[in-house]
Amino acid sequence: MIGSPLATKTFFTVGPVPITEPVIVTWGLMAALALGGFLATRSLTVAPSRSQTVFEVIVGAIENQIRDTMRVAPAPYLPLLGTLFVFILAANWSSLIPGIDPPTAHIETDAALGLVVFFAIIYFGIRARGVGGYLKTFAQPTMVMIPLNVVETFTRTFSLVVRLFGNIMSGVFVIGIILSLAGLLVPIPLMALDLLIGTIQAYIFAVLAMVFISSAVSEGRPPA
Amino acid sequence: MNWIEIVSIFAAAMAVSFGAIGPALGEGRAVAAAMDAIARQPEAAGIISRTLFVGLAMIETMAIYCLVIALLVLFANPFIH
Repeated sequence: MIGSPLATKTFFTVGPVPITEPVIVTWGLMAALALGGFLATRSLTVAPSRSQTVFEVIVGAIENQIRDTMRVAPAPYLPLLGTLFVFILAANWSSLIPGIDPPTAHIETDAALGLVVFFAIIYFGIRARGVGGYLKTFAQPTMVMIPLNVVETFTRTFSLVVRLFGNIMSGVFVIGIILSLAGLLVPIPLMALDLLIGTIQAYIFAVLAMVFISSAVSEGRPPA
Repeated sequence: MNWIEIVSIFAAAMAVSFGAIGPALGEGRAVAAAMDAIARQPEAAGIISRTLFVGLAMIETMAIYCLVIALLVLFANPFIH
């Protein structure tokens, strides 16, 4: 990836819809994750086997994180936030497979993920406090804050999108530049750094989604 | 090479270089404060470093904004056709 990071490669078109590379990678990741989830949960037992223990530790860690951050029972939020974390982590690490750009290095994928969080905030806010109660949170602490709170709703989603896009895309871009300047095997330390950044960004995305949702659900609007 | 392209390249370089200064200073202060807190209270290292990572990502976003602006200026400049 050394051309424009904002352009995407079109593979084929279905009717008027162009099918680009990130779309194919995303669907491949979704299929792999769904298959993995199906195989992992096919034979659950009360006395866990070795692999089941591993998955229980992962799910338990995500649950504890939600409990620590949101200070509520994690059950309603675990499916969305856990899926977001696992998908973004898999997407960021998909650059390990030769020839595959991570789909999160294209702004369209990140915008879709940001939209999911945007609507999840509204959904959980309305479910927890009703339409009127949710709209009232915009007038906290005073009526003067309404325009700022409305603007904040959009800007924090936008910054969520741009943060993920910028971090992952800059990693891929730097590796492309180093590879074209220095040659084979030189960018390997940077790729290791990219794995770390990919993990941290997946974690950050999930944690910020937690913070935003909990600010819509709980009393008051803590600074996000 | 017309004037708009030359100015765009300079603008991109300046956006990244000056945009990196503020977040770099801010991240340095944040890490120093976190180190201080961990040294005082080593048993709280887990929660401090977790909060530190989220905070660092927030600060880093400012530098990323500048990077995105630079890329827009270079690759999707509305004034170059």
